[in-house]
Amino acid sequence: MALSHLKSSSSGSNFLKPLATAFSLRRPISTSTDPLTVETSVPFTTHRCDPPSRTVETSPQELLSFFRDMATMRRMEIAADSLYKAKLIRGFCHLYDGQEAVAVGMEAAITKKDSIITAYRDHCTFLGRGGTLLEIFSELMGRQGGCSSGKGGSMHFYKKNSGFYGGHGIVGAQVPLGCGLAFAHKYNKDDAVAFALYGDGAANQGQLFEALNISALWDLPVILVCENNHYGMGTAEWRAAKSPSYYKRGDYVPGLKVDGMDAFAVKQACKFAKEHALKSGPIILEMDTYRYHGHSMSDPGSTYRTRDEISGVRQERDPIERIRKLIVAHDLATEKELKDIEKEVRKQVDEAIAQAKESPMPEPSELFTNVYAKGMGVESYGADRKEVRAVLP
Amino acid sequence: MATIFQGLGGGAAAALTNSFDSKKLLSRSTRRSLSERKVSFPVVRSDGSVNLNPGGSNARARRVDQLITNAVAVNLLFSSLKQRLIVLQLPLHRNPGMFASIYRPTCTCNATLDLVHELLLFEALREGLEEEMDRDPHVCVMGEDVGHYGGSYKVTRGLAEKYGDLRVLDTPIAENSFTGMGIGAAMTGLRPIVEGMNMGFLLLAFNQISNNCGMLHYTSGGQFTIPVVIRGPGGVGRQLGAEHSQRLESYFQSIPGIQMVACSTPYNAKGLMKAAIRSENPVILFEHVLLYNLKERIPDEEYICNLEEAEMVRPGEHVTILTYSRMRYHVMQAAKTLVNKGYDPEVIDIRSLKPFDLHMIGNSVKKTHRVLIVEECMRTGGIGASLTAAITENFHDYLDAPIVCLSSQDVPTPYAGTLEEWTVVQPAQIVTAVEQLCQ
Repeated sequence: MALSHLKSSSSGSNFLKPLATAFSLRRPISTSTDPLTVETSVPFTTHRCDPPSRTVETSPQELLSFFRDMATMRRMEIAADSLYKAKLIRGFCHLYDGQEAVAVGMEAAITKKDSIITAYRDHCTFLGRGGTLLEIFSELMGRQGGCSSGKGGSMHFYKKNSGFYGGHGIVGAQVPLGCGLAFAHKYNKDDAVAFALYGDGAANQGQLFEALNISALWDLPVILVCENNHYGMGTAEWRAAKSPSYYKRGDYVPGLKVDGMDAFAVKQACKFAKEHALKSGPIILEMDTYRYHGHSMSDPGSTYRTRDEISGVRQERDPIERIRKLIVAHDLATEKELKDIEKEVRKQVDEAIAQAKESPMPEPSELFTNVYAKGMGVESYGADRKEVRAVLP
Repeated sequence: MATIFQGLGGGAAAALTNSFDSKKLLSRSTRRSLSERKVSFPVVRSDGSVNLNPGGSNARARRVDQLITNAVAVNLLFSSLKQRLIVLQLPLHRNPGMFASIYRPTCTCNATLDLVHELLLFEALREGLEEEMDRDPHVCVMGEDVGHYGGSYKVTRGLAEKYGDLRVLDTPIAENSFTGMGIGAAMTGLRPIVEGMNMGFLLLAFNQISNNCGMLHYTSGGQFTIPVVIRGPGGVGRQLGAEHSQRLESYFQSIPGIQMVACSTPYNAKGLMKAAIRSENPVILFEHVLLYNLKERIPDEEYICNLEEAEMVRPGEHVTILTYSRMRYHVMQAAKTLVNKGYDPEVIDIRSLKPFDLHMIGNSVKKTHRVLIVEECMRTGGIGASLTAAITENFHDYLDAPIVCLSSQDVPTPYAGTLEEWTVVQPAQIVTAVEQLCQ
């Protein structure tokens, strides 16, 4: 994909002097909030609506935070890969590396009052919503300090106080839930929206279209976001969907196709979608993105696609590289400084892992907690029916 | 039209099938000459009468009381081969074309056969599937990633290349729809095998399975049969999380009109797969995520396991332990400890979850008078609960102690490894339960 063009903003900032490097000996990394504009890599493709502008307002601070956040997400996912191979994480583990721009771009456009719900590839979305690395690694390793107290696992991360509703294992089941979240927003009149994320595989679930129909009928402020990474586990999109134009599949609902590897395109689209949803009801966003890992840790990811394809996307469309080039081109930081940020991030991740390993495993009594919200005195027994015994609290 | 099938050996296998490549089979069986196997062949007529070959030596036949209204099992013991031959007759009206079929005995007789090969459980499933697809062109497989990907547990690997896209169908992720489509196709006579990538996903298809699969034969007055096989891995795995560790046999067991079987060894996996495909009734075959890599030697020769029959794993005198699927292995592990402590448990793998093989179970209860059920379902409403009720109703007089049922906890399966272990029955708990039961 082509690099973004650079356009200087009208307020006369000096960041674009091509010879600025001559002055940059010990200049600190810019954290200015002066406006800066970038252009998205490609224009938006639309269905039943007008596209938002390709020009995105941002700032050096935002650019650098994008870089840091995405680097953290990338590092976290790679660390999770190693932990899985070391058998500290078990069961299913679905990694998000390659798709970071969607999580980061979306967060930049919304507030914590808006709700996000997604499927099982949720580590980075959770991080974006304010989760900490410690919570993530503790949960992945099944420890008490995890966001779900070790009882949920990789596919069940939740954070109620910042509007993250999970974390769901069954494909497509989160979309009706997301429409329900939007219903609650409308009911409570709180001017917030719900983003229901799903994949290209889930796009063929019937419950999605049922929920969409109802949402459109009731004008619910829901935004359905299809994270199209082109493969539903081992099945390519053209083999699973008669029409792989997921943004058009809403038919009567408008849609927008977005380059999901460009964090600014994602940000612009989400901002546009939020305005639309609050005014006129549901809208579908299709994020054209890619995952470098296989579907999960038990899938090598190379039996249904070539290694050339994977490395091609990594070279040409990697979201972090795009931001890196933007930062360097706008002279907001040097390459070395960015590398230092990455080193710092790596250290943070390693520290979080070390701390998470210290966290204890859940107590046996935890087996019976939170089955019901309020104790009803229902008795539950250990498998031996005699010794381990509890009244469900 | 009474058709008579004859007993063991090459003749039976060839007679069972119409389009099977009998040349392949006969050549093998003639190599293993019939003189090695001095058996008397039982002959079962379609009207239910049994004629034993008078030349048979030391053959005993027992006719059992009809405990189950739609099946009659006849056990014949042949001491020369130390095998138990099971003959099942299905009532005519359910199976107009099928009369008595001779099934392979279920106990481990492999040691006496010369021609065996070793394989893993998922390969055994594939072998059974492939043999049936070769035999009957109406058999097709549909599911997510079963074709080009080879199946998420490799059960269907290689089949798409061999049979093409129309017989091994990669479906989009739409369980409700493709299960319904499978059932619709079955109404016309096709024999689809619907694979749920994980049994838990079939909850999305519950309506289709309950209403259409189970009830259509009844509500249409017998016009339609639904010879569909619904299969997939279920059960608690290694930290797969709550939604991927479900035991659907609890939920499906109430649906009238379906049969449920659970395989536990490569031998019975292949046998049950083949029997399920040949059955005119809808069969749900429960596999287990953790059992796919079990290795065993199975016969080269074709064989089928009886769908309605349980498997005697270890005969004993003191207590009857009823189990199925993965818990069988926990029970056998506990059995080792129990034997060292001086107990003699009788372990039965019930295999048929709906209907229960009350014949074998009843005989065992009459012998030992104590029952322990070890299952992976949750305590409330699981297979164990139903089995407890069934045994109490039928064999109450033979019990010396209340039935003990060890099941999983009534909680969503937690992700943390230690918690997950406590959710499921462990061998130590089985030992304790037997000790308490036998006091």
